[in-house]
This record gives sequence, C-alpha cells and structure tokens, in this order.
Amino acid sequence: MEVLSPYKEATDVILEAGGEPLKLCYQCGLCTGICPWNLVRSFLVRRIMHEAQLGAVDFGGEDVWTCVTCRACVQRCPRGVEIIDVMRAIRRAVASMGIGVVPDALRISAKNIAGVGNPLGEVPEKRNDWAKDLKVKQFASGTEILYFPCCIPSYDPDVKTVARSVATIFNKLKIDYGIIGTEAKCCGESIRKAGQEDTFQSLAQNNINLFTSSGVKTVVVSSPHCYHTFKNEYPELGGKFEVIHITQYLASLIDEGKLKLSKKINKKVVYSDPCYLGRHNDIYDEPRKILQSIPGVELIEFPDARENGLCCGGGGGRIWMDTPKGERFSDIRVEQAAAKGADIVAIACPYCFLNYRDSVLSMGKAETMQVKDIVELVAEAI
Amino acid sequence: MEEIRIGVYICHCGVNIAATVDVAEVARYAGTLPGVVLSRDYVFMCSDPGQDLIRKDIKEYNLNRVIVSSCSPRLHELTFRRVCESAGLNRYLFEMVNIREQCSWTNEDKEANTEKAKALVDAAVRRVHYQEPLEIKDAPYNPNTLIVGGGIAGIQAALEIANSEHKVYLVEREPSIGGHMIQLDKTFPTLDCSQCILTPKMSEVGSHPYIELLTYSEVEEVSGYVGNFKAKIRKKARHVDVSKCTGCAVCMQKCPYKTDSEFELGLAKRKAAYIPFPQAVPNVATVDPNICIYIKSEGKKCGACIKSCEAGAITAETLLHQTDEIIEVEVGSIILATGFTTMDPKLIPQYGYGKYDNVITGLEFERIVSPTGPTGGKIQLKDGKEPESVAIVHCVGSRDKNYHEYCSRICCMYALKQANYIKEELPDADVYQLYIDMRCFGDGYEEFYNRLSSAGVNFVRGKVAQVTDQAINDEEAGKLIVVAEDTLLGRMLRIPVDMVILCNAVEPQADAGEVAKRFTINRKATGFFLERHPKLDPVATPTEGTFVAGCCQSPKDIPDTVAQASAAAARVLSLISKGRITLEAAVSVIDEEKCSGCRICNLLCPYGAISFIEDEKKSRINEALCKGCGTCGAACPSGAITARHFTNEQILAQVEALVS
Repeated sequence: MEVLSPYKEATDVILEAGGEPLKLCYQCGLCTGICPWNLVRSFLVRRIMHEAQLGAVDFGGEDVWTCVTCRACVQRCPRGVEIIDVMRAIRRAVASMGIGVVPDALRISAKNIAGVGNPLGEVPEKRNDWAKDLKVKQFASGTEILYFPCCIPSYDPDVKTVARSVATIFNKLKIDYGIIGTEAKCCGESIRKAGQEDTFQSLAQNNINLFTSSGVKTVVVSSPHCYHTFKNEYPELGGKFEVIHITQYLASLIDEGKLKLSKKINKKVVYSDPCYLGRHNDIYDEPRKILQSIPGVELIEFPDARENGLCCGGGGGRIWMDTPKGERFSDIRVEQAAAKGADIVAIACPYCFLNYRDSVLSMGKAETMQVKDIVELVAEAI
Repeated sequence: MEEIRIGVYICHCGVNIAATVDVAEVARYAGTLPGVVLSRDYVFMCSDPGQDLIRKDIKEYNLNRVIVSSCSPRLHELTFRRVCESAGLNRYLFEMVNIREQCSWTNEDKEANTEKAKALVDAAVRRVHYQEPLEIKDAPYNPNTLIVGGGIAGIQAALEIANSEHKVYLVEREPSIGGHMIQLDKTFPTLDCSQCILTPKMSEVGSHPYIELLTYSEVEEVSGYVGNFKAKIRKKARHVDVSKCTGCAVCMQKCPYKTDSEFELGLAKRKAAYIPFPQAVPNVATVDPNICIYIKSEGKKCGACIKSCEAGAITAETLLHQTDEIIEVEVGSIILATGFTTMDPKLIPQYGYGKYDNVITGLEFERIVSPTGPTGGKIQLKDGKEPESVAIVHCVGSRDKNYHEYCSRICCMYALKQANYIKEELPDADVYQLYIDMRCFGDGYEEFYNRLSSAGVNFVRGKVAQVTDQAINDEEAGKLIVVAEDTLLGRMLRIPVDMVILCNAVEPQADAGEVAKRFTINRKATGFFLERHPKLDPVATPTEGTFVAGCCQSPKDIPDTVAQASAAAARVLSLISKGRITLEAAVSVIDEEKCSGCRICNLLCPYGAISFIEDEKKSRINEALCKGCGTCGAACPSGAITARHFTNEQILAQVEALVS
C-alpha cells in the first residue's frame, strides 16, 4: 500500500493562495452530500478538503477542476468553511506553480481572456457590434447608467439577443444609459475561480480604470457573474460602483410603474435560479416578480428552487470545459422542466443560457421547449 | 384477631407488562385467593390516579393489606409504602411483587409469564397474612462530615459544607491538598490558569475554622451507620513538628538526598526533606523516611535539616521518634472524593513510552508547560531542543477493550488545550491530533475545537498503530514516526514528529477496591465507585450517608467534578439540616429468653451490630446498626433471632405458594 506523509509545503501553498478557511473543516461530509456532482458521478468534496489539509491533493487529477462553485456546500457548511475559496486556492496553486495540469479547454479560454479580453477569442473592436443598429449611445460622463452586457451576449450570435433586448427595453423606456468602449474586458469572475489570479487582477484593473475614468457611478449587468465580481470583489481593488442586476433594475421599474407589461404571453414558464444571483448574492424574488408581471405567464417552480436550486453546470470555469453527456446538470433541469410541462425555461445568466440551449438541442426538445432570458420575455411583453 | 382484608393491584406499566402478561387474568386470579377483598389491574399504578385508587380503596373497602404487582421494589416500593401510610396503613403491611423485571421483560411467552405472575402474586398474598405493623424510630444525626480526598472535588465539597458552619474533616494522603488539578497548567476551554483558580480555594481550606485538614493521612477503618459513623484515621509521621514548621524551606535546600518528585511525575527531583510544590497547603515540610539518611542511619549520618531548622521543627526527636498517630472522628456523613490515576502507557509497548525519550503522557506535558514545572514552562524535548512537530495521540487505553472500554472523557479537550499551548509558544510547530472521534460536548467546548482548527492544528482521524524510530526515508530520519490509517482518506499515514504526547486513560486509583470495601460501597465493572442511580442519583451510593464526587465515580472534567461535589455537599447539608435519621424497622431482634449466649451471631454480623452482654451472657442487637440482612436469624441455633418483616412464617408462606 502506498504510504502517505503530510506534505506541509503543499498545504502552505494552498493556504497562501487563499485556502485558509480549510483549516476549519472537521470532515463531516455534508458538502459531499449536498454537491450536485453526486447526482451524476462521485465527487468527494470532503476528501479534497482533507487532502488539502494534509497537502496530499492530487494536483494532476481531474477533481481539482470539477467544482462548479455553485455554493450549495458553502451555504450549509456547519463550520462555515469557504469551500469555493479552497478550491480556487488549489487551482491557483496548479496554475501559478505548474504543479499540475490545467485542462486544455480551460487553458484556451484563459489564453483568450488574457490576450483579447474575452473568452471567445473575438477581436476587442467587435465587442459592441451587437448594438450597431439599436441607437445605443456611448457612455459619457453624466450618463446615468452603464449597461455592461458580459462577453457572451456581446459576441455569441445566439445570446446577443439578451443584450439587444435590454437595449430595446431601455430605449422604449427612455432610460439614460450607455455602453462603455471596446477597451472593456471580461469581468474576470470565472477565470479567477479557475485559478488564474494574475489574469483576473489585470482584467479588474483595466475595467476599474476604464469605469472610473469614464465617470461610471451605476452599472447594470446582465450576468450574475459580472454582478458578483463587480459588487463583491472589485471594491477591494478600488472599484466602487453601484452594481445592479438587470432583474433587480426591471423589478424596480415595475414597482415604480415605469415598466408596464401589456402583451400576453400564454406560456408555462419555469425559472432557473442562477447560482451567482441566488446563493451567492441572495437575489431570488426580483426575477420571479418580473415573470409574474407578464400577463398570461404561468410561473412554475423546479422541484428544488431558490436556495436549493440546481446549478446549470457552468460556474467556476466549467462553462469553458467539456462536460460529458450524462453528467450535465442542465440536462437534469430540462428533464425536470419537461416533467412539469414547462414551455419556457426562463434564465437570468448567460452561462445558464448556453448550457440550457445545448441541453434542449441535444435532448431533442427544441420543438416543445424554449430557453429565454427574462429580458427577452420582457421585451416581448412590453 | 382482626380479619385480613387484602387489596391486590396489577400494573400494566403501559405495555411493559401488559404486552407479555395477561394482567386481567392475573387480577381475576388474585381475586379468588383467600383474604383478597378486591383486585384490580390498572395502566400505571405509580401515576397519581393509580396512587389515588389505592388510597380510596383502603378507606372504602377497609383494606388492611396492600399488594402491588408491578416493577422492582427498588423503583417504587417507597412510593407505595407512602401511599399506604397516607391512607393510615402501616408501611410494613404493604408488599410488592415484581412482575416486570421477573416476568414480562425476561420472556416473551405470554402464557408462561401469566402463570408465573399468578404464582408470585399468590406467594405475596400468603405472605401478607403474616405481616405486622412495625414502628419506625429516629436517631440523632451527627452534623460532622468526613471528606476523603483533597483534590478539587474534596476541596469544593468541604468548602460548601464548612461555609454553612458545619464541621468537616478533610483527609488527604499526600502532604498537600490540590490533587491533579494543581498539577495542570491551564484548564479547558477557558484557559484559566489552573493554579490561579485553585490556590485561593486551597488556602481557604487551610485556614477555615470549620475544616480540620488532615493531610498525609489515610482513613483506616470506618464503622457505624448513616448519621453516626466512626472513622479511624492514620496521620502518617511527617518527622517534622508541624506546629513549629514555618514552611521556610531551608531544610529542603540543605537536605543532600534526592528522589523523584511525585508532583513532577519524575520529571524533576525532590529532597528527602520537602514541600511538594510552592503553593502547598499546608505549607509545612515532610521528611521522607525512605530517603532520609539520618533516619536510615538511626541518627548516625547527616542531620543537615536539624542544623538548618531555625524554628526547631525538625529535631533528632522528630526524625527518629515521631510515629504515626491514629485519631478517631465521629461524623454523620461521608463524601468520597478519592480521584483517579492514569494508565501506565508502557502497557501498550507499541507506543514506545519508556523506550523513546520524547514519548510522554498528557499529564507530564502539563508539568513541562507549567511555569513552575521542571523546564520553567519551556516546551522542549529531552535534549533541550524545541520540537518542530508534535503528535497528540488520543484514546491511549481508552475505548479499547484490551485496556478500558470506557471513554476517559477529558482527553479530547485537554489534547486541544495542549495543542493550544504549543501553538501559542511555538507558532511554527506542526501539531497533529490523532483521534477516533472528537468528543467536545461541554459548554464552550465545540467553540474551542473550532478555535484550534482555525489555528491550523491538523486533525487526523485514525487510532495510532505504532510510534517508531525506524525511518524509511531521509525526512523521517531522527524523528519519531507516528503510524496510523487516515480513515478519512483510506490511506496509511506516517507522520514524522519530534514529540509524541499520549492521552493515557483515566483509571480508578490502584487501591479503589480496598477503599470501597473500607467504606462498604461497591464498584462498577470499570472499577470506579458505584453510584446509587446512574441518572437520577449519581451522587449517593447505595450505602446511606456515603456520597461520591469527582473522578472516583467516573472520569469527568473539572466543571462536572465541581458540580458533583457541590451536589454531594447539598445532599449532606440536607441530612444535617433534618437533624435526625429514620431507622429501618425491618431489623432483627433477639428473644433473650431463648438466647443461649453462643455468640455465633456476634461474629457473623457484617455490620458489627450485635454485642454480647457479659453480665447476662446474652447477645443483643443494636437496631440502629442492624441493616436487616437476616444472616443472624438464619444462623441462630436456638431460633432466638427474628428478622422483622422477614419472619420464618412470612418466608415459608411464600415458599409454599411457589412450590405448590
């Protein structure tokens, strides 16, 4: 039998990379019990925590890259261990010290982000092309709101509709908003979780400098990932803006009577809580409020919604990595939606959009089920 | 003669009895027996409505005998005796039949159980015909208390009682009180300095007007009964005139002869003339006759202490001629607080205690950490170097059927506390806890565990297989290697460390058996003293007036010990406050007409209750001392002795029913 000895240097690397919370872990295994991976395969979160405590992590193994950072475990950890921070620290150790292997797909996205500022590898100059024919003005000092759509709605041909819907709604309501120049880069949330700390730092500095020099006070975002990092991570680096998720913003417009939804959408709609909106930032009611304000919409819920909502599988850098058929959380979600008789899966996150779109297509459900961002439905109903 | 009118009650005990005994049938059968005027079955006889039922029936049906068939008399005999008394019936006209422990719980065959229950009820019915009312007498209660053991338990109990201005004799066999607690550096989880919180209590004991402190003393003999015990105490010769000794410790400095210090667990030496530790109470010297060369040479050699003692407390006379003194005290109550010892880890040779210098016990580590200890509080290896890594091995002899099956209850927490000592003094040292389960159940304990986790202590779940110095690679060279399975990873783990601390089991004092015999109490399978009831009466013993506190009853930590000691004191105070003791009426009597004066009973009585009256050439029983065991009655060749409430007629009537 292979004998193990504690490897303090490895533990120290993880601790220094932000894995300090792992000291608190007392190995109860609740994290493993909650982790959605165990719906489709074995993933022993508890074991990784203990391996990290002893410096015995298999840095070359697949498990290092598995966590989707959905926060289901952290939310209920009885010792308050920030398990995501530990996972991130392990990845950081691999990425920065070369003690393991970064998966190919992730390496390409990381390279793209570091090189051209977006994971798709698109040219920076085309970042704002989605808005070309929509009369969206450039943000200038004094503009009330900066709309920041996230790289995916900016470039992905299918997801552009999200950004375009927002612009359509804002234009109709005569909101004083603008978009920032093409020097803007990816927010960096996911690449940071994937262990690329240096890249994140450089992206964040770029965006903070750009926003600050442009006089940005309020940012409305489409992606919960942008929301999370702008709101919770940028302030430490000097970027202090009011950050509002589009669902929060639209819900407040409905409350104020400025946004009136009159066109009927007679559909059964199920809403999927994005992890970074829900568990990470405690925003559950606003998206539902918007959907309930659309005439004709029958809002139904997944069997495990809100705090217990199942991740789409796209967090923590997993959006750029291949997940084999049979292990995709969004497939489970689409099955659940179909069983509930949903016509539309409503999402509020570009990663969810991509994953659900792929699931609906690959499962042959495109005829009966649509995947729509909430803003698309609002744009239709306005 | 008065007509016998018996009421019989068959209890269901919920389903405890009713599920496997046909209670209605037993009640019906009882109704057919001679003298029975009424018989009933009821769901819970011990409940208030059940008790009321008996009271009502006694009055309404003019019952003069009552039988309850239910559980063990140990549980509810007193309950039902009181019910009878409250209805004007003498308690000795009540009889209890145990159809739960003796029928329903032992067998699932309902038919057989029912038959057995009927037979037992029949026996009781025949017996009660011969039962007679007995008169209950009182005796005065001696308000003095004997407390044995001067650790935190004895100290706490002594102060509680003495503060109510009742006399306490506190007996401690070591030269000073303080027990194990005074050897500790800090206490978990609050990290109070152990000596700082204990020494004020110790000096209060030393100067308390209501406490007579008898250190270096042992109880040799106990006689009497609750309220009126007599104890013989041996005050061992200190070879010092304690009335003159000022505790200046000059004799200790001058004395040239050394031996291992008991207080320092052999980690340091003490002199033949010594005060065990600076805060000792009483602060007087003791001369160890096994070491003192003056005593051993009968005054021919040395005498340094005599010359140095300005107070004249040590003289040729005290050294050579002072002898043990036997004193006798009279007390009403006794509290045993004799504490514990720890298991010799050499019994588990694979842990290397005694073989490797840096494998030590938890208590030894306390001394090492203590500022008053052998290293002045510096955490160091035998060679004086600081350890870079320490493994703390849990459950050494605890939770292990090869040694002690029980959990020692204090180790998890002191292991955490000791990890804290290390992390505070040597922040860079790696500390490993090798545990089976972390049991941190007390107030603030889990929080303490949490705190040590966040301090970076490593927790490895697995019982250590061995500690070895056999290195298999360069990193292990010169280290002690702790070998265990990490059961959470399912992998063998070898941890090279500089120091290994063994959490060796708490076990009963080596002489716990003799002490138990001396105080006529019993021990549990674990060897600790048996309490009257593990849940509802953990302070009393089955011997009236004798209580237990602290680790002599079971392993426990300081808060639990203090609570139990205070509880024991409260029990004693309630007896003192009542001021008299009710004597059991079911005792033996000698018909002096029939007594031939053969004295067989005198020698048999285990309680020393029978004396021989020389003038009359007859034996006589002291009813206060007699426990009603019946030994004398069975042995008396002339049939002169009757055990009240267990007369020949009563017993034979029962036997007759059971064999018919």
